[in-house]
Amino acid sequence: MNRLWALIKRYYHRLGSPQYFYDISTRFLPWLVAVSVLLCGFGLIQALLFAPQDYQQGQTFRIIYIHVPAASLALSAYLMMALSAAIGLIWKMKMAEIIAKVCAPIGASFTFIALVTGAIWGKPTWGTWWIWDARLTSMLILFFLYLGIMSLHAAIQNTQTAAKSTAILALVGVVNLPIIKYSVEWWNTLHQPATFKFMQKPAMPADMWMPLLIMMLGFYCLFVVLVILRARCEIIDRERRSRWVKELILATKQD
Amino acid sequence: MQFSSFSELIQMGGQGIFVWSSYGITLLVIAINVLSPLLRRRALRKEIKHSINREVRQHESNS
Repeated sequence: MNRLWALIKRYYHRLGSPQYFYDISTRFLPWLVAVSVLLCGFGLIQALLFAPQDYQQGQTFRIIYIHVPAASLALSAYLMMALSAAIGLIWKMKMAEIIAKVCAPIGASFTFIALVTGAIWGKPTWGTWWIWDARLTSMLILFFLYLGIMSLHAAIQNTQTAAKSTAILALVGVVNLPIIKYSVEWWNTLHQPATFKFMQKPAMPADMWMPLLIMMLGFYCLFVVLVILRARCEIIDRERRSRWVKELILATKQD
Repeated sequence: MQFSSFSELIQMGGQGIFVWSSYGITLLVIAINVLSPLLRRRALRKEIKHSINREVRQHESNS
């Protein structure tokens, strides 16, 4: 038990160091990029060419293969942002503050994708681009939360103050997550319930949900890649006075 | 394979516009998300290189 605790502590301190994160991400990034390109590419071909059409919705059903992964990521990105923000707030961990900051624009992007593809899916299927029902409204609030956190970051010059204030806003916004998740069960809405439920077989045939599962995995890998790309920029920006960043910059060729 | 020809794939029985615009917008948003850190990285590199060079010059003129 003590050994395990020591191990956790060691990794916590290591990962908390921006330089360690930068070095280790240099090694992992190419693999992550390859995996996400493979998964998304394979998933896309399956989704657009091989998945059968829905007997009610027809071909429009294919939008599910980007809508659901994007919406799922929109929530997960917020959860990750709020967790990192809390860790940064409590233990003043630099790397956690950086992760919390870079999650916001990426999460906003995926929320935007979920909202837009949902609207485009809604028009031919249910006859409207938008209604103010619980799921759609809470998703829109999520989008505005992300935008609020981003503009707060942009408005505060001091990085420590910015990290603190955005962390508090992010933590308050966590209330919205269960509302989004359970809105389709708590209220009567136009939105259909979740496709994948924990420990339950999905209600669609395998050639429909397999591509969805692949796209989900692909989107999650892609998310990790996007977080790492942004975090690396943020590290270089913040540590520009340190010796290792200067050496790193001087070592790279002119581009 | 669900489609017998390329034009059938594009049209998707009249629903192609909805499907393809969704996929197009998604691709665009993801492309922006990939490009923006790459561009920022380049700008940062230039900026930091300049400031290092300036420091070196100042150091030389002082000594």
